Amino acid sequence: MRKIAIYGKGGIGKSTTTQNTVAGLATLGKKVMVVGCDPKADSTRLLLGGLQQKTVLDTLREEGEDVELEDILKPGFKGTMCTESGGPEPGVGCAGRGIITSINLLEQLGAYTDDKKLDYVFYDVLGDVVCGGFAMPIREGKAQEIYIVVSGEMMAMYAANNICKGIVKFAEAGGVRLGGLICNSRKVDRELDLITALADRLGTQMIHFVPRENQVQRAELNRKTVIDFSPEHPQANEYLALASKIQDNQKFVIPTPLPIEELESLLVEFGIAN
Amino acid sequence: MAMLRHTPAEITVDRTALTINPAKTCQPVGAMYAALGIHGCMPHSHGSQGCCAYHRSALTRHYKEPVTAATSSFTEGSSVFGGQANLLTAIQNIFSVYEPEVVAVHTTCLSETIGDDMTQIVEKARTEGKVPAGKHVIYCNTPSYVGSHVTGYSNMVQGMVKNLAKSTGTKNGKVNVIPGFCEPSDMAEIKRLAKLMGADVTMFPDTSGVMDAPLTGKYEMFPKGGATVEEIMSSGDAVGTIALGQWAAAAPAKYLDAEFKVPCEIMGLPFGIEDTDAYIMALSKMSGKAVPASIDFERGQVVDVLSDYSQYFYGKRVALAGDPDQIIGLTKFLVELDMIPAYIVSGTPGNKLEKAIREITKDVPGEVKFKCPGDMFLLHQWIKQEPVDLLIGNSYMKYIARDEDIPLIRHGFPIVDRFGHSMFPTVGYKGALRLMEKILDALLTRRDRDASETEFELVY
Repeated sequence: MRKIAIYGKGGIGKSTTTQNTVAGLATLGKKVMVVGCDPKADSTRLLLGGLQQKTVLDTLREEGEDVELEDILKPGFKGTMCTESGGPEPGVGCAGRGIITSINLLEQLGAYTDDKKLDYVFYDVLGDVVCGGFAMPIREGKAQEIYIVVSGEMMAMYAANNICKGIVKFAEAGGVRLGGLICNSRKVDRELDLITALADRLGTQMIHFVPRENQVQRAELNRKTVIDFSPEHPQANEYLALASKIQDNQKFVIPTPLPIEELESLLVEFGIAN
Repeated sequence: MAMLRHTPAEITVDRTALTINPAKTCQPVGAMYAALGIHGCMPHSHGSQGCCAYHRSALTRHYKEPVTAATSSFTEGSSVFGGQANLLTAIQNIFSVYEPEVVAVHTTCLSETIGDDMTQIVEKARTEGKVPAGKHVIYCNTPSYVGSHVTGYSNMVQGMVKNLAKSTGTKNGKVNVIPGFCEPSDMAEIKRLAKLMGADVTMFPDTSGVMDAPLTGKYEMFPKGGATVEEIMSSGDAVGTIALGQWAAAAPAKYLDAEFKVPCEIMGLPFGIEDTDAYIMALSKMSGKAVPASIDFERGQVVDVLSDYSQYFYGKRVALAGDPDQIIGLTKFLVELDMIPAYIVSGTPGNKLEKAIREITKDVPGEVKFKCPGDMFLLHQWIKQEPVDLLIGNSYMKYIARDEDIPLIRHGFPIVDRFGHSMFPTVGYKGALRLMEKILDALLTRRDRDASETEFELVY
């Protein structure tokens, strides 16, 4: 079983990319579980055809510690298993602690045991790793692979670089590795070159360039992944391609984050800062 | 014990990340103690139940009195979703089951870190009718990773004036007295002096009659003592405030000044002659009462003892550990006695303490070693380098006392292995007499023990 965590700047398209990729892996015949680690609990909407009704933390709050796995783990597109950590409403409580609690609970309940015959577990984590809780999926040997969703926009690259700093720390202690950058295109000038260069500087690869395509939004409006909504559309093939690349990926590294000046000079070099 | 014997005299590393045998405890201990100084008050700890249990037992071990306090009893769920639901239910339950006049809520590390908004939660409790008419909820923030029990005490007293004090626009002629973190016996003494003076004072908090209550055979959850809610409410109408303690009492006094134009005088806890004089003079000035002969008499007794026994105090070296307001007052008193406060540590952080100590000890011969925040390990190392004649500090100092064979006078918080602190004051002139008696007894008993047969005398 491969455990994969997806990180990236808020709003970059992590949940969309994750679910479309998971749909791709499911199409390739893989058994995948998705763990949404965002208090908004919208990381599995496209696979389930709607929002998960009960999150792990809702269930824990309402039913105490006698939580049953069936209550929180729902089957979605092509047999993918979906669960949402959930969390407090904005401005109260501690969402970070929520992630820790829910991942521990999933482990206790045996969500990842061998008899589940999972090929992949995906952790889809809220935008910025603002505190220790959001690093839970990559702590203590949980996820071993990380993919960072990024675009050619400056702040997205800043965030990617920052996340790499976090990975270095956990890589030394827990063995987690960076599998690559996924470029979710925003149609920025020379985006492909820019992200390829950034990946190179970080010591990793750009594993796939996902072109910007309105079909993704159309599918989302219908609460579906592109592969589910329009398997014949070229964009479906992009996600299938990304899924196969992840499936075949051999390049796992401890990244080498850039000093801020170097990151900025990269942007100058590729014309974006002019 | 064995561990202390291995304390190295030589300071080989500059410890920045390690405290050994700290000279402080955590914020809610002070907040809970201050809350007990309100009559009919139930302290409430907003956090997990272990915090509350620890704070209660820390206070009970020192005062040997039951300490009743409630807790929000956080679960995993409260940590994630916030403690609002627990606190609202707690407030409702406490008022209906125990019927206190006030619930005094303080936070803990957990509720602080997850960011529970006390102002919003308490306001919600009020608007939802969970606080019965005529009853009150007061609150303060007490993260333990900031400051010490002294900070927590100050924050809770600040919570009292912020939540309760009002101004009717008419002065009531009374003087507010805010004691710093001190014993119930000290608070009683501060009140007694005001009474001798004929000054009409409102003292809060006032743990006398609460944390030194008699055993009557009948358990009272809320003993007779403590400042009443009405008294604290009226503090906004006072003619002035005397804050006894820069660290533990200044903030609420300044608040009353800023909010209700009640002028304040901030001074030290009245240890020794000079600081008790300052308290008496401030009382006299604010209340307009002359100092009575009875107070002059008590003061004269202190001066008498000092002159009768000065040869025994003179030049004796003392190592002190404790809270800032205590340390300042005791150091000043030791200097008045011509003793040498050689080593001083306090666990409560604050830059002003060193300045105050340096000023007090500027004429003391030799080097006065001082560290804040410092710990007892460092104090022990200094003692090993050059010994002292006397130790003053809490019960944890007994390990150093035994290891170095130096007499110890227990003073400060906590004292868990001796009695007396909560019954007999060390503030005021009476307190000064008591401290002198204790110091002399310790020094002369030691001299009797150590004198060779030829040196041994009936009177030295």
